[in-house]
Amino acid sequence: MATDTAWLDACLTAARPRAIGALTRYFRDLDQAEEAFQEACLRALRSWPKSGRPDDPAAWLIFVGRNYGVNESRRRRRREEMVPEIADAGDAEAAKVEKLDNQAYRDDVLRLLFVCCHPKLPAQQQIALALRVVAGLSVPEIARAFLVSPKAMEQRITRAKRRVAEREVPFAPPTAAERAERLEIVATMIYLLFNEGYSASGGQAHIRVPLCEEAIRLARILLRLFPEEAEMTGLLALCLLQHSRRRARLDAAGDIVLLEDQDRDLWDGELIAEGLVLVEKALRRGSPGPLQVQAAIAAVHSRARRSEETDWHQIDALYAALERLRPSPVVTLNRAVAVAKTRGAAAALGLLEPLSETLAGYFHFHGARGVFLAELGELAGARAAFERALELAATPAESAHVRRRLGALEKNS
Amino acid sequence: MKYAILIYEPEAVTEAMTKDEGKSRIETHRALQGKLRASGKLGPVARLMPTTAATTLRRSLVIDGPFAETKEQLVGFYVLDCDSLDEAIAAAKMLPDDTGSLEVRPLGWFHRGG
Repeated sequence: MATDTAWLDACLTAARPRAIGALTRYFRDLDQAEEAFQEACLRALRSWPKSGRPDDPAAWLIFVGRNYGVNESRRRRRREEMVPEIADAGDAEAAKVEKLDNQAYRDDVLRLLFVCCHPKLPAQQQIALALRVVAGLSVPEIARAFLVSPKAMEQRITRAKRRVAEREVPFAPPTAAERAERLEIVATMIYLLFNEGYSASGGQAHIRVPLCEEAIRLARILLRLFPEEAEMTGLLALCLLQHSRRRARLDAAGDIVLLEDQDRDLWDGELIAEGLVLVEKALRRGSPGPLQVQAAIAAVHSRARRSEETDWHQIDALYAALERLRPSPVVTLNRAVAVAKTRGAAAALGLLEPLSETLAGYFHFHGARGVFLAELGELAGARAAFERALELAATPAESAHVRRRLGALEKNS
Repeated sequence: MKYAILIYEPEAVTEAMTKDEGKSRIETHRALQGKLRASGKLGPVARLMPTTAATTLRRSLVIDGPFAETKEQLVGFYVLDCDSLDEAIAAAKMLPDDTGSLEVRPLGWFHRGG
């Protein structure tokens, strides 16, 4: 990516959730909001390189997008009567928009998430819609994250949008009771949003910091709305602890640095301190949930000053707890990594065996298998596993990492 | 006379600030700290973590979340160095909370002063 446009890209990604949230509230239509946002982005790409970054990019995009949308619908209604278009946001009204309470925007994003999480939509449609609309991921990117074909994902998203548009899903802000009901899904969604930033499912950038930061901001609002919910505390803690390692996770060349090889001085001590307090606070309530357990796992890593000091037995136990709370092949895969440290690679491979079909298309499954096989000296098997992982790599950083693993195998054989 | 400067902010607004805005605000704090330190007038300085990290003791109940009661006034504070949140809460429990609240809030940043 050329450096002179990278800031534009980052700016638009960061502004997207707020802008889409506000535009959806305004137009009450997801497609119209997206179209208006895209048009505003096009105009930003034309004018920002010359005029520089506006003080509040999201406010600029909302203003321009709203004008565009209003004019578009007028044009559609009465084609004969052309309305002069307001070309620039640099007037008095733009200043007013900028002064609008930022919290209102934040609530827009949250409201949008609650719309996406409406119980009338099946779970997969909810998540796909949120990733498409709120995070702005492309359909192939989402399809890859869900291990389905882009065509199937396109259908799923279209169906979800149609249901929302046909008013089967009301746009009205949810009541307190509805909010509580959808809370768990919204929390999961925010975590998925964070994850998409933490480890992009496609594109050039392996880490998208603006998505992570947006997810953290949303998690904070959610926790303020529901301070009694231990899982909301867990969500914020989990995001903060994972995000604390962002500077150490890639090296200067953009290559992935594994947890055990990371320079822990690069970890963000402030985020870790806050995350650890939140984990402690959540666990005091005595109602564990999957997000809290995952936060507790991240906390074990954060507490180890050096990677050799990591308490793998505790991590193994926490993953076992997570398997009981929320059984999933990916959780078992993660547990296998801990088991490899406590009981060796053979035991870890034993855990992976039953997953080979379900996770056949999962990058990390083959990556982990390759590592365990290499540790046992089964170099041919390890090579095959890494080669399969290479085919499934989603970002250049992932491919480069697997190639380094393959290179290391060659040296040892 | 010793004085405390207590800082009140709407968190939602400060959290929404850009990095540059945040940085320039920290600069003003650094400037004041430098000036006070040079004249030997700097006491302890602390930045509190967000209220989402707070626990409140009120009428012998332990509540998650910050103190939020406009009818009460801030009358004092302790700074404790504890190994756990439990330990800090146990210490706070030794103080009266029958007429008001005690909020236990972790510090994000601390300077002893001097």
